[in-house]
Amino acid sequence: METLEIAKAKKAKAETTSISGSVAVLEALIAENVTEIFGYPGGAIMPIYDALYDYERKLHHILVRHEQGAIHAAQGYARASGKTGVVFATSGPGATNLVTGLADAMIDSTPVVCITGQVFAQLLGTDAFQETDVVNITTPITKWNYQVTDASEIPSVLAKAFYIASSGRPGPVLVDITKNAQQQLFEYAGYKKCDHIRSYRPKPIIRKEYVENAAKLINEAKKPFVIFGQGIILGKAEKEFTAFLEKGNLPAAWTILGMSAIPTDHPLGVGMLGMHGNYGPNVLTNECDVLIAVGMRFDDRVTGRLDKYAKQAKIIHLDIDPAEIDKNVKTTVSVWGDCKETLPMLTALIDKKDHKSWLQKFATLKKQEDETCINAELNPTGEEMTMGEVIKTLNELTKGNAIIVTDVGQHQMVACRYAKYNNSKSNITSGGLGTMGFALPAAIGAKLGTPNNTVIAIAGDGGFQMNIQELGTIMQSNIGVKILVLNNQFLGMVRQWQELFMDKRYSFTNITSPDFVKVAEAYNIPGEKVTDRSALKNALQKMLESKGAYLLEVMVGKENNVFPMVPQGCSVSEIRLK
Amino acid sequence: MTTQKTNIPAAATVATGQKAEYSLTVYTENQIGLLNRIAIMFSRRKINVISLNTSPTEVDSVHRFTIVINETEEVVRKLCRQIEKQVDVLKAFYNTDEEIIWQEMALYKVPTDEVAEKVKVERLLRKYGARAVVIRKDYTVFETTGHREETDSLIKALEPYGLIEFVRSARVAIIKDSKGFHEKLKSYEKSDPGEELIENEFLNQQDEVFTM
Repeated sequence: METLEIAKAKKAKAETTSISGSVAVLEALIAENVTEIFGYPGGAIMPIYDALYDYERKLHHILVRHEQGAIHAAQGYARASGKTGVVFATSGPGATNLVTGLADAMIDSTPVVCITGQVFAQLLGTDAFQETDVVNITTPITKWNYQVTDASEIPSVLAKAFYIASSGRPGPVLVDITKNAQQQLFEYAGYKKCDHIRSYRPKPIIRKEYVENAAKLINEAKKPFVIFGQGIILGKAEKEFTAFLEKGNLPAAWTILGMSAIPTDHPLGVGMLGMHGNYGPNVLTNECDVLIAVGMRFDDRVTGRLDKYAKQAKIIHLDIDPAEIDKNVKTTVSVWGDCKETLPMLTALIDKKDHKSWLQKFATLKKQEDETCINAELNPTGEEMTMGEVIKTLNELTKGNAIIVTDVGQHQMVACRYAKYNNSKSNITSGGLGTMGFALPAAIGAKLGTPNNTVIAIAGDGGFQMNIQELGTIMQSNIGVKILVLNNQFLGMVRQWQELFMDKRYSFTNITSPDFVKVAEAYNIPGEKVTDRSALKNALQKMLESKGAYLLEVMVGKENNVFPMVPQGCSVSEIRLK
Repeated sequence: MTTQKTNIPAAATVATGQKAEYSLTVYTENQIGLLNRIAIMFSRRKINVISLNTSPTEVDSVHRFTIVINETEEVVRKLCRQIEKQVDVLKAFYNTDEEIIWQEMALYKVPTDEVAEKVKVERLLRKYGARAVVIRKDYTVFETTGHREETDSLIKALEPYGLIEFVRSARVAIIKDSKGFHEKLKSYEKSDPGEELIENEFLNQQDEVFTM
């Protein structure tokens, strides 16, 4: 008996090794197939950075210039690659600088795991140097967060963190690790991935009868209309979705985050929804008889006035998040579940139809939109360049094969309206939160996540200055991001509203900028400024052909407006063409 | 997980669009920080929490919140789904007062000589179902348990006699029709036991640290 005990003890000993909490963090990342980390060191996370020094070959750390840059980069990385983005930041200001990015990732359902250093567990609550109550600050803007005070918790907590961030409806997770836990040695028994948490059900159980009811409604519909969001991309259900559309010949419009789930040139793709979306999809939302919403959440920028939104239609809503069903728009049939599973079930039950005259309606309204505003935007006759013609010229060169990362404002709406996308996950933008300063760092992440793609950050003169320091990251880590600044010398979107709704009282929307080309040059990034239409195409070509990073500034009309537009408080069918 | 209403639908007792008192029963893991995660659901929407009670349940590792708010059913239903969506929440129910058995406890401190002299204590206690918890020379503490109106009316009865202090507990409520969930919870705990709560073990070791 005694020998058995000893043998057992020996065996147990052989299975564990003594490692520090910091090493356990890095081992967890490796086990989760993490290859890139975006971060910034500081006092409370120094033990992890010290351990990282020995892991340089296994884990590529990108030193950003501001923690906000780190988390936006991780978001861009996640959105472009479909993997989970990882961020390191120190306690206090390091962690609070993540707040905007966390909120952005939360509202846009982006899988990100942030690891923040924290003061020693002994000092919590003492107002220690760089102590901030990060877990409580980030509670409303994380899918889950947790504070580790003992190293032995690290493997299982990080396993949970990665599982929660990427499963179900993805979202950001923050793990705050006190410095003592990073330093502490503990008996490590290896890393075990998490695939189940008893209180958490990432995917609701699919109820077949609801799928059948939905199919029945679709089969009876004369004017069915599909609207879709990022759920298709997050659910990796692009093929299933296309098959669904093509079987039923269903016209489909995308939300800003759903864009690129199907190629923008797909014959059944009828354009973008929402405030600056296309004319047809907005107007016909209030004419369809069955509205089929897939993986989208009826944001107010999509629906306009809710009491006048698709009131005539029966509404089917497919979503993985039960809390989204009936949140803004009451459904006739709700299909809870992962659309990768529900869409094929639905496709199998729907009839083949052609809906010719209904599709024709979209084409007619598109023609009207072309004539009233698109042509003028894409082929301007005036002296000033328009943002639309820059995007059009870019399309001609990229043929829709680039990843386009936009900032927030007029250029974002124009890029989303006119850019061509052939591939899923190639439109990356801050949709829900509307975070200016998003594009440059997110493009850095997107490029690192998909190194073989051309990644173009498009920003306005305002937003570009909000995280302009990340040019330093591009310089140091040699990241081949193309930067296209559309400069209208205004905070254009706010100016547009001031013009339309506030009697042109341009209150603080007039912004001056440095010489962007010179700034880039200081960071060793080549660039050019274009003020004349005749130079545009060559300049864009040069940017795309340049080897590494490149900045192109294009001066566009100062007071151009983005149209069509659904004014706030109006119904989607009251969309203005000019 | 589905947000299920138990027993009678609220619509039967509360008109649509009307605010009413709802009790939310939230079954959760016992995790630090969860109280905040749930509390901010209400403060984010500027909803006043009338009462909030945290309690263990009949199952070891599962914790239970009972939260009372005054809102429309529509708002409460959406809130319940948002709460249930939280990773550490097992289940959230909402019920009208008719669908639950509920109690609140209250303590009243009064000067002993006043009540001894002027009130027929015995009658008071009997009428309000109260009992004396402590009787000291200088003060007496009564306790009563019941619905809000009951604990309120004893305040009124005692006020003339120099009520010194009053406190009422949060509501505890039992859902009339909860058998189904209880069975589920028990089988849950058996097949998939909860995790242990880890607290900060270092707070009393402040002197031993070197910081930078």
